[in-house]
Amino acid sequence: MQEFEPKIVAFVCNWCTYAGADLAGTSRIKYATNVRIVRFPCTGRIDYMLILKAFQNGADGVIVSGCHPNDCHYTSGNFHARRRWIVFNELLELLGFDKRRLFFSWVSAAEGAKWANLVNEVVTEVRKLGPFTEYEKLSKINVNSIGELCNV
Amino acid sequence: MSELINKVSQFFSSGIIDLFIGYKKGRLGEGKPAFFTKPEQLNELIFDENCIVNLAVYLRKPELKKYSKIGVLANFGTLRALLQLAAENQIADGQYLILTVADGKVLEFANLKAIEEYVANNLPKPNPERIAFLKEIESKSREERWEFWTRELASCIRCYACRAACPLCYCEQCLVECNQPQWVGVPPTGMGNLEWHIVRAMHLAGRCIGCGECEAACPMEIPIGFLTQKLNMAIISNFGQVPGTKLEPDYALSTFKVDDKENFIR
Repeated sequence: MQEFEPKIVAFVCNWCTYAGADLAGTSRIKYATNVRIVRFPCTGRIDYMLILKAFQNGADGVIVSGCHPNDCHYTSGNFHARRRWIVFNELLELLGFDKRRLFFSWVSAAEGAKWANLVNEVVTEVRKLGPFTEYEKLSKINVNSIGELCNV
Repeated sequence: MSELINKVSQFFSSGIIDLFIGYKKGRLGEGKPAFFTKPEQLNELIFDENCIVNLAVYLRKPELKKYSKIGVLANFGTLRALLQLAAENQIADGQYLILTVADGKVLEFANLKAIEEYVANNLPKPNPERIAFLKEIESKSREERWEFWTRELASCIRCYACRAACPLCYCEQCLVECNQPQWVGVPPTGMGNLEWHIVRAMHLAGRCIGCGECEAACPMEIPIGFLTQKLNMAIISNFGQVPGTKLEPDYALSTFKVDDKENFIR
């Protein structure tokens, strides 16, 4: 049987992580091809709705990455994003969402090797977890399935 | 109660207000929101511990724009909602006549600053039963928590009563009604329901004043209030901001500290 190839979506900021990923490419560092990079002006723009949208459309894992603290091109975008993620993480924790599939990282424009390592690590971890069927199953649940869910 | 009725009818006769939002006795003994436009109607006005509806929710309705000045009989939740609305620049000082009843006495607030002081002196402790229930959910394993919420949210019929009842859900265009792109699926499936409740909780994080109106309004009795409560508790412990207590804008998610904890970032 063919090995499961996870779909990973990476939301990255234009100024650091995107440039870092570019550096990984120009330095000819090989890394897993499972990642789909989506470029944003800043991590401050990376809404949690985008993360949910990625999972909604069948992503098995999501990476969110931007400039290190104090490195933000817009001075404070990543600090605001960090607060939002702290709160968002608390909510996902309470909901029992599989947080092992959501990765946050700071990767600067000089860290091509860190980016390649991060993607490889994420792909290995998500491959171990398998496809994200738990989330996909939700789309088939409606008010009629309550009896089934309660094992009545 | 007669003191309250006398006072409000005086406000009417001296022309200070032309609408008074208060409560009257409902069918089941609950305090039902009531709109009084004439002093003769005021004999129905009541205020007791059953008057739990948050009346601040009506203040931003377009239907009330034709009234020049509105009086509000505010319970504690309403006062906190008014403070939060003021902090978000949604209401202005002196725009409303705000009354409350404390220890059998009618209190009239001269300005929003007076409400701020009153709220600071009377801030209640969190309900221990709710904290215990939240602890109970948190003590479960991740899979159990996922199962619990999947089951609870499966019954959501997406009537958006939680949104309508919330005094702070005042956006004229809500994200769930956006269909280009469609962020949240419209049919009430488990996925769309989860997304809707994540959106709701996140948009109220650091703003929810914990009046419990969303949960009270839910026809399916989903314990959605715990989502915002948990986020608020996290915000208080991480950043120290308490919503609905200050007149100055103090929204936890629109500010930051350089040393916010970041143990989850690689």
